[in-house]
Amino acid sequence: MSETTEAEGPVTIVETPIHLDFSYTPGVASSRFLRSIEQGRIMGQRCPKCGKVYMPPRGACSMCGVATDEEVTLSGKGTVCTFCVTRIPSPGLDAPYVSAWIRLDGADITSMFLIQECDPDEVRLGMRVEAVWVDEDKREPNLGAIKYFRPTGEPDADYDTYKDYV
Amino acid sequence: MSARVAVVGVGQTKYAAKRQDVSMAGLVREAAKRALDDAGMSWTDIDAVVIGKAPDMFEGVMMPELYLADALGAVGKPMIRVHTAGSVGGSTGVMASHLVSSGTHKRVLVVCFQKQSESNATWALSIRLPFTGGSVTGAGGYFAPVIRAYMRRANAPDHIGIKVAVKDRLNALRNPYAHLKLPDISEEKVRESPMLWDPIRYLETCPSSDGACAVILADEDTAQGTPNPPAWIHGTAVRSEPTMGAGRDVVNPHAGRECAKDVYAQAGVTDPRRDLDCAEIYVPFSWYEPMWMENLGFADEGTGWKMVDDGSTAFDGDIPINPSGGVLSSNPIGASGMCRFAEAALQVRGMAGEHQVDGARKALGHAYGGGAQFFAMWIVGSEKP
Amino acid sequence: MRRDVAIVSWASFETPSEPARNEVEMLLPVIQEALGRVGLTQQDIGFTVSGSSDYLQGFPFAFVGALDAVGAWPPIRESHVEMDGAFALYEAVNVLQEEGIDTALVYAFARPSRGELDRTLALQLDPYYVAPLWPDARGLAALQAQAMKDSGRYGDVPDVPPTYVADGCVAVVLAVGDKARELTDNPVWIRGIDHRIESPSLGVRDLTTSASAKAAASTAGVQDVDAAWLHVPYPHQELVLRDALGLDGQPVDSAAGPVMVGGLERLAAAAAGIAGGRARRAVAHATSGPCLQQNLVAVLEGAER
Repeated sequence: MSETTEAEGPVTIVETPIHLDFSYTPGVASSRFLRSIEQGRIMGQRCPKCGKVYMPPRGACSMCGVATDEEVTLSGKGTVCTFCVTRIPSPGLDAPYVSAWIRLDGADITSMFLIQECDPDEVRLGMRVEAVWVDEDKREPNLGAIKYFRPTGEPDADYDTYKDYV
Repeated sequence: MSARVAVVGVGQTKYAAKRQDVSMAGLVREAAKRALDDAGMSWTDIDAVVIGKAPDMFEGVMMPELYLADALGAVGKPMIRVHTAGSVGGSTGVMASHLVSSGTHKRVLVVCFQKQSESNATWALSIRLPFTGGSVTGAGGYFAPVIRAYMRRANAPDHIGIKVAVKDRLNALRNPYAHLKLPDISEEKVRESPMLWDPIRYLETCPSSDGACAVILADEDTAQGTPNPPAWIHGTAVRSEPTMGAGRDVVNPHAGRECAKDVYAQAGVTDPRRDLDCAEIYVPFSWYEPMWMENLGFADEGTGWKMVDDGSTAFDGDIPINPSGGVLSSNPIGASGMCRFAEAALQVRGMAGEHQVDGARKALGHAYGGGAQFFAMWIVGSEKP
Repeated sequence: MRRDVAIVSWASFETPSEPARNEVEMLLPVIQEALGRVGLTQQDIGFTVSGSSDYLQGFPFAFVGALDAVGAWPPIRESHVEMDGAFALYEAVNVLQEEGIDTALVYAFARPSRGELDRTLALQLDPYYVAPLWPDARGLAALQAQAMKDSGRYGDVPDVPPTYVADGCVAVVLAVGDKARELTDNPVWIRGIDHRIESPSLGVRDLTTSASAKAAASTAGVQDVDAAWLHVPYPHQELVLRDALGLDGQPVDSAAGPVMVGGLERLAAAAAGIAGGRARRAVAHATSGPCLQQNLVAVLEGAER
């Protein structure tokens, strides 16, 4: 053992950086969805067995184990079914920020988006919201083409209309 | 009728933010050796080894059973690694029990662990997949909205989560292995701690811990001859449901309700609050205690919070929940489910030391994971089933 | 084992690279085919278990998404191993010993073409002393081949080709006793199954033999077999396995298969061989870890006892 090792004491941690490259494939159903998003359209997909509409589609109706196919255009308006206000710093996001589970009109599941253009304390269950898009010429096939949702100003939805979607 | 299975040894490591005094191999051996000593066994008495842990990226080791074969005395033996996200500590126990009840093995060493200080758990829990944008950080960011929905559904008062946070940390003071030791904890301190993901506060959140928990499962013959009393397994169950499914109830998941019904039927439990003496359940954010009280049938829907409010779930209540301090006090993610299963076993063996619930003879161990979609449970008892 | 377990159906898919479909889309038709061949739906299945590795997809909890392909509703009895699907099958055989659980669905999936398999597998090694050197999987296999050449026991030892990379998935349906006979005219009975692991320290092991395959074969009861389906990530390893399994002239079908899938695929292929009349009683093998560190051996038979 060298004198240096003895003087510095036992090794308690070794830093071994790991760098691996992956090509990520969203899948065929997701690709169709992402191409539409790029064009400013939100296309849910319906399960042929149970008839439910998924947004965003991931390839299968997870409840039936069947591929979703029929495309359903969604308006981009929806209801906040639940949400949280994050107050800790996060990469790329200024705290405090609101993450909401939003059921788009016409979809049967919620999807998660940020809510902006209002004070986080104003966000409430049942609030009606609409999508705010990235500028058309800057859009990419990415769910981030929808920057966030903002309140529409419509009256809040009735609890009974959204309580079963969480 | 499948063969009886018993827990004949339990071993835990001291849970801490960073166990830099041991390597991963050292960490699992610490728990395994304690379990072997408890069972009066040596490494050579073990027929098979089953390990469980959550994602490999939490340590940067792919398929750690390969690296740990030497450390756990598994060379020349069967070895399996279970991975079912957060419920893994529990599902590993369930799968291992099948190896004994099937008659395949007589003595199985089960070790669950996580040494997340060796990687970056927050990064691993917040990975942004391409094409998906990004709107959540950490597990709390996922579960906080679910908790808010529960609070609305049950019209629960604000202070419930705070009460659970205090109760579990006070319980942890009586558990020598617990990570968080907060003797000065109070409702005021919790209320004033920083809000992380509204409505979840800092002191209502589990820590990030390194740790390992091991049990030895054995057949009836072996269990009759071990130095310490066995905990007999009266029932085991697992249930899973999809992550995002039209018709899911994330607040009161069907998979949890079905899993509980299954394990209760096996164990002859018709009224869990009356038939069980205590329960160790997976509560990573304090509001999950009242939510699981409803999901597990201890309370009617919408009333779980009352069990917290009136002290029923306290250490001196009629159904102590998490007498060990629970996940809120120690959370090595891959091990936490096994800690619940092991603590339930310690209770009915009368070996829970200072956090022993007097006269505990039947207890539930519970674990969940993923988007509240994977559930694993077992019921253990002092008597043979 | 008190209850006889049989392989009653299977389906598989393999391609050098699946660039368009994600794991769920790749799995859906294979699971549906395996279930459909015996007229079952997911609701009929007593236990579901899968094998896969998050590290091949490049993000933690990756395996969770694959559950979408199964239709887990109403909630199912389900588990997962972060290993080759063959080990998931071993779990299923044990769970099927429980009264009331009569059928199981076992599946495995992987798309290693999406990452750097040779380098990723280095993370299976000791994280403090060996993995930081980033030895690639092919290099480690070559150490084994060289040791075999040096030993002089094997005659010509084939060179080590690039690590086999393929995407794919497999689904296998198991059933117990009378249930198996009800579902198919050709149940393939699992007469014995066992697996063993060796030390991770390559310098400690004798890489020219496979003590674990030999021990597993002994417990599984490999005697009187007329064919073998072997999981062989690199061709030189077939020589080691033939020796360890005591094979002596029987026809051997070897394949690497997609990592995490190849072992379960061998079990399915052996079942297909027996059900198709190409063998009466066969050994099927799966391996995991560098240089055959861990080995699973099963004995399958078409005839009733």
